[in-house]
Amino acid sequence: MAPGTDPGAEGKSVEGRAKDSGRGIDPKLLEILVCPLTKGPLRYDREAQELISQQAGLAYPIRDGIPIMLVDEARSLDQPREIAPPGDRQP
Amino acid sequence: MPFDRRAVRRFRDRAATRAGDHDFLRREIGSRLVERLDEIRPRFPLALDLGCHDGLLAGLVNGRGGIETLVQCDLSPHLAAVASRGGAGLALAADEECLPFGAGAFDLIISNLALHWVNDLPGALVQVRRSLKPDGLFLASMFGGDTLHELRWTLLEGELRATGGVSPRVSPFASVRDLGGLLQRAGFALPMVDADTINVTFASPFALMRDLRAMGEANAVGERRRSLTPARVFTTAAALYTQKFEDKDERVPATFQAIYITAWAPSPTQPQPLAPGSAKARLATALDTAEIKTGDRAAPPVKSKR
Repeated sequence: MAPGTDPGAEGKSVEGRAKDSGRGIDPKLLEILVCPLTKGPLRYDREAQELISQQAGLAYPIRDGIPIMLVDEARSLDQPREIAPPGDRQP
Repeated sequence: MPFDRRAVRRFRDRAATRAGDHDFLRREIGSRLVERLDEIRPRFPLALDLGCHDGLLAGLVNGRGGIETLVQCDLSPHLAAVASRGGAGLALAADEECLPFGAGAFDLIISNLALHWVNDLPGALVQVRRSLKPDGLFLASMFGGDTLHELRWTLLEGELRATGGVSPRVSPFASVRDLGGLLQRAGFALPMVDADTINVTFASPFALMRDLRAMGEANAVGERRRSLTPARVFTTAAALYTQKFEDKDERVPATFQAIYITAWAPSPTQPQPLAPGSAKARLATALDTAEIKTGDRAAPPVKSKR
């Protein structure tokens, strides 16, 4: 799991609050999307705006509400996120 | 791999800034495609526009086929963003060769002029079928074999004359016959493939090439020449094009062959072939003729005495 992610803020439990983060992902999309590589399930990391495929070890970015489901645009889960340096977060 | 998918994406990204000005072919073929929904009885509440480009099809669909939700996806994140702004707002970037949708997600998958850039068409078709509900419909158009045959010939001949060698410049396109077989192999039921030819005239061969680039359809053939092409290749080719094809109005024609696909995800409710030998009436009776036997039956298997 990515550092600083609140486990309660994942998946479909956040549907009702999706609007408060500006352009979140539409819950209708969450229902039908799978990892393009493994066709396995995705976990929605609302804070990081990423769709995480644990099986593939990849995080697909969501930019302006648009999921970028391209393998060569995905972040490997072994690598830290570029946008938020670790110093900015609570351990 | 016939196509360079990164180049396809780059050209489509580039077209995102100019899409709309050069989309008359996409619009024409898209209109002919969605009209088919009027002739089909089932309703399709949840649909996917595969290779949505700038979202043109969403406007053309306009409530046809009982579509309530239209998800739009394109290989180019820029085009997906453009489509999202103009449409229902359910857009994503996805690769046609690697679809991110669960099994049985959609009632309808519709695709206008996107699949001719796919390398692994059989693989893409299998994934499309998998993403459809049973009895879901796949409705698609793509450019077919005769498309741009004038340009293909003149660029080949022009490059040969100007440099003494050739490189691929116009895509290889699938034919109607290939596609029928591919759809069947991908597990679709009741596949139908047909084509029509659209002739477009341009002020000059250069106007044609400019329009193709603006549509995001520049050459992405994997083995294309990567270095800068000498200008004389194009001037020679353009001169040949004009010389051979120019009409009496001093315009040059270009042929586009649009192939239309209608295929269904299999379902037990569809018409099924009967088991061999289950006929209840004789063919000879139906034809009102005498039955002629084909020959002796195979001998019954010999029982071993051991």
